Amino acid sequence: MRSERYIPYLLVLPSVLFLLFLFAWPLVEALLLSIRGAGGEWTLENFQRMAADLYFKDAIKYTVLLAVVVVPLQVVLALCLALLLGGIGKGRDLFLYVWTIPLGISDLAAGIVWLAIFTERGYLNSFLQALGVIQEPRLWLNYETPAMLFLAVVAAEVWRATAIVFVILVAGLQLIPKEYGEAAEVFGASPWRRFWKVTLPLLTPSLQVALILRTILALEVFAVVVALGGRNLPVLAGEAYYWYNAYQNPGVAAAYSVLILGISVLATLLYLRLMRSREVA
Amino acid sequence: MNLRILYLLLAIVLALWVIVPIFLIATLAFSDRSSVFAWPKGILPQQFSLETISFFFGVEGVGKAIRNSFVVAGLTLLFALLLGAPAGYALARYRFAGADAYRVLILLTRAFPLAILAIPLSVQFIHLGLYDTPLGVALVHTTLALPFAVLVTSSLFLGIPKELEEAAWTLGCSRVQAFVRVVLPLALPGLAATAIFAFVISWNEVFAATLLTLRERTLPAFLLTALNDSPLPFRFAGGFFLIVPALVFIFVIRRYLFTLWGIANR
Repeated sequence: MRSERYIPYLLVLPSVLFLLFLFAWPLVEALLLSIRGAGGEWTLENFQRMAADLYFKDAIKYTVLLAVVVVPLQVVLALCLALLLGGIGKGRDLFLYVWTIPLGISDLAAGIVWLAIFTERGYLNSFLQALGVIQEPRLWLNYETPAMLFLAVVAAEVWRATAIVFVILVAGLQLIPKEYGEAAEVFGASPWRRFWKVTLPLLTPSLQVALILRTILALEVFAVVVALGGRNLPVLAGEAYYWYNAYQNPGVAAAYSVLILGISVLATLLYLRLMRSREVA
Repeated sequence: MNLRILYLLLAIVLALWVIVPIFLIATLAFSDRSSVFAWPKGILPQQFSLETISFFFGVEGVGKAIRNSFVVAGLTLLFALLLGAPAGYALARYRFAGADAYRVLILLTRAFPLAILAIPLSVQFIHLGLYDTPLGVALVHTTLALPFAVLVTSSLFLGIPKELEEAAWTLGCSRVQAFVRVVLPLALPGLAATAIFAFVISWNEVFAATLLTLRERTLPAFLLTALNDSPLPFRFAGGFFLIVPALVFIFVIRRYLFTLWGIANR
């Protein structure tokens, strides 16, 4: 019976060893890589080169801007979808399936799908031509049209990743006991009031998870942008990729990844703080 | 009553928002070259043709990339289940010191960007001989799929009454026998859904796969690196081919979707 106590540790051990090797160790390595020079000396050179790079400022600007625009859009849209689900009776399962299809679609595939719409002879231009707005095909994904390129990335990201938020929120809604809403109804609360005073506060944990997860993923945005505009819209993960692959400089690439990590951690702490203080209030 | 119709209309619009782009890329993938470049384009397909799709499969390296994608995703599925399910079982059935610390470790892995792992690993994998191998990519993909597998299997096992196992013990089964004969059959559908999700995670991942390979690219990595100097028909056919497994997988596991994701994201 004594030996019983070791069973759980035995079961957990392989995954712990795996994560030490493939998570903890590379994490430390990435930090070391970013603050070491070619000769192994301690230096801030990698960060200085990163900050002096032509694309650096734009990469920060667009990455943060994308997260700020895309994540709230996704949360609002996913909330609408989740609430809508309660309003439709028949065909609920069909809508569930269709709305969650993007869950399996990769960022690269989403980028290519929206490339078909936004490209020169794509569906958007064909549509505008049919409306008589334009006569000739126009370029939207050029470096001269950053606003339109940005919009295309937003469309692709909202199209692809709203489903993840939707699923998290629906799962969260299922955890809320029906009695709360019914009690509020008995006391005469309007649907709108019930949503604000009962559903939303109880949904806070799920919202928090969705916000943190989506923000971290949005800060890593990469393949969608590459598929739609190449480097015309620089983003942080893309710069890490180019510095590693094209310039063969792991040091600066690691500096970029450490920067992404830093911003992610900051955003996470911010969410945890903001949403806790709201619970207390 | 009117409200119901409004809801339904809104639901249909949102469903179309998901479906129409997929329909459009499918149309392009099954058109001939001239329709892909046609201007202006009609919404409906002009004529069905396998020209674009067969051109895509005929490009050198595509076949190998697809094979690599399947190998990597298969290995990821295997590793995630073999490492994750025992841990999930331990979390579900035993109270042990360090269980909470373990949970935190699992959640931490989810909270870190992939770029921070992929860059140092590709440097280290060169020394270890894992660089440019499907195994190396699968290992990194497993770090993405493992936390998910642990959390989901743990709740899966929690849902199977412990009494069933104990009954098997009193009937003379060993622990392992009881697990294989009683718990496993009940857990199988959930485990299969978990496995499919691990597969999809790997099938879709592109950043690490691109950094960690040179010749042994997975399909997304191959597409990404070929993107800027390949013709549009190639890109559209590739994009469509990437989506197809997603459609199938989501359909297969749709019943488990909410339980799985609800738990995995808590």
